[in-house]
Amino acid sequence: MIALLLRDLRLAVRAGGGFGLGLAFFLIVVVLVPFGVGPETALLGRIAPGVLWIGALLACLLSLDRIFALDWEDGSLDLLATAPLPMEGIVTIKALAHWITTGLPLVLAAPALGVLLNLPAGGYLWVLVSLALGTPALSVIGTFGAALTVGLKRGGLLLSLLVLPLYVPTLIFGAEVARRGAEGLAVETPLLMLAGISFGALALLPFASAAVLRINLR
Amino acid sequence: MSIWEYANPVKFIRTTDKLLPWLSVAAVVSLVGGLVWGFFFTPEDFRQGSTVKIIYLHVPSALMAINAWLMMLVASLIWIVRRHHVSALAARAAAPVGAVMTVIALATGAIWGQPMWGTWWAWDPRLTSFLILFLFYLGYMALWSAIENDDTAADLTSILCLVGSVFAVLSRYAVNFWNQGLHQGASLSMDKEENVADIFWYPLLVCIAGFVLLFIALVFLRTQTEIRARRARALIARERMA
Repeated sequence: MIALLLRDLRLAVRAGGGFGLGLAFFLIVVVLVPFGVGPETALLGRIAPGVLWIGALLACLLSLDRIFALDWEDGSLDLLATAPLPMEGIVTIKALAHWITTGLPLVLAAPALGVLLNLPAGGYLWVLVSLALGTPALSVIGTFGAALTVGLKRGGLLLSLLVLPLYVPTLIFGAEVARRGAEGLAVETPLLMLAGISFGALALLPFASAAVLRINLR
Repeated sequence: MSIWEYANPVKFIRTTDKLLPWLSVAAVVSLVGGLVWGFFFTPEDFRQGSTVKIIYLHVPSALMAINAWLMMLVASLIWIVRRHHVSALAARAAAPVGAVMTVIALATGAIWGQPMWGTWWAWDPRLTSFLILFLFYLGYMALWSAIENDDTAADLTSILCLVGSVFAVLSRYAVNFWNQGLHQGASLSMDKEENVADIFWYPLLVCIAGFVLLFIALVFLRTQTEIRARRARALIARERMA
């Protein structure tokens, strides 16, 4: 499993665009927002937590089809399926690799981009915490979507249509944590809900993803 | 005699062929009857005026939007466990009907909301979760039409339906948490106290029955069509082989 993880990480780094693309997209989304809503700092500060969350979510979505697509094309997914590793394990590792290459950089970049959006001082910690807790759920849910659409020729658009509704609860609780943190309110309840969704998805969704992948490899 | 006999497509078609005319007539009669009764023979609400009458479209369609998804969930489970093709096709057939019901519920709600709440749309938990439900329907139908192999499509959409149901419920509670409601409480719960008055209640019941019958008739019809289309494809393929 660790070998598979290392292989995926190495591939992501060497192929380029793994870290870079998601981060650049995140940056561009955040830069575009002031053009759309105007440069008024008070307004930007108020919507900053939500914008950061949506930007991170979209950046995450952008790289989802890479999770299985390359392995599917060159046939290594078939080899992985016949390996002694259970399919659930493979799927979990793939999600973890996606999180390390996409989710983690987004989490670390979010506070820096918060400066651009005039995020209130109390918000940095909670944006960081909520993204750190929420992005694993985004990766796991996204892996399920990627597994669903792996065999399709033009799966990219369909993938977003399938995955975005599934992202709704995570986004709601994650953005709520960030917003309440930025306004200096108590964050426990949404934070616990967010953690619940993350860990619940992590525990249960790999089974669904594995089942879907098995069907697609049939 | 068990319900599983209807898993045989021939038996299913034969039975539904017999039922379909009756169902359609009953659906039309109860819909027309319920709507005419509701629109023209009930008094106007003293606060809402005549706008109250949209309830006869809004409530039944909203009810069916959710129940259609439930029916798809059950049919998907049957397909996963017992692998009866009719079940998967019925789930497929129900999706567009459910999506249209969701649109009707949202549209009638907006039309009623404009004069009553003063806005076409509010980010109220109920409204929002219906919009999300609509997105789920879209994704489900898109996945069905995107995959060429029928059995693979049935398998994948069934699992999507299962996972989607869990997330739809999650979203329902999440939006509840996220925003306070503008939408009124249940008007049809078992608890008599909070229900609508009897005079609106009886035509509403007839309308609900009409929507249920309409849904069943449409699902039967669409499932039949699907079975026949599949048989036609198989015959063409056989012809080509010969």
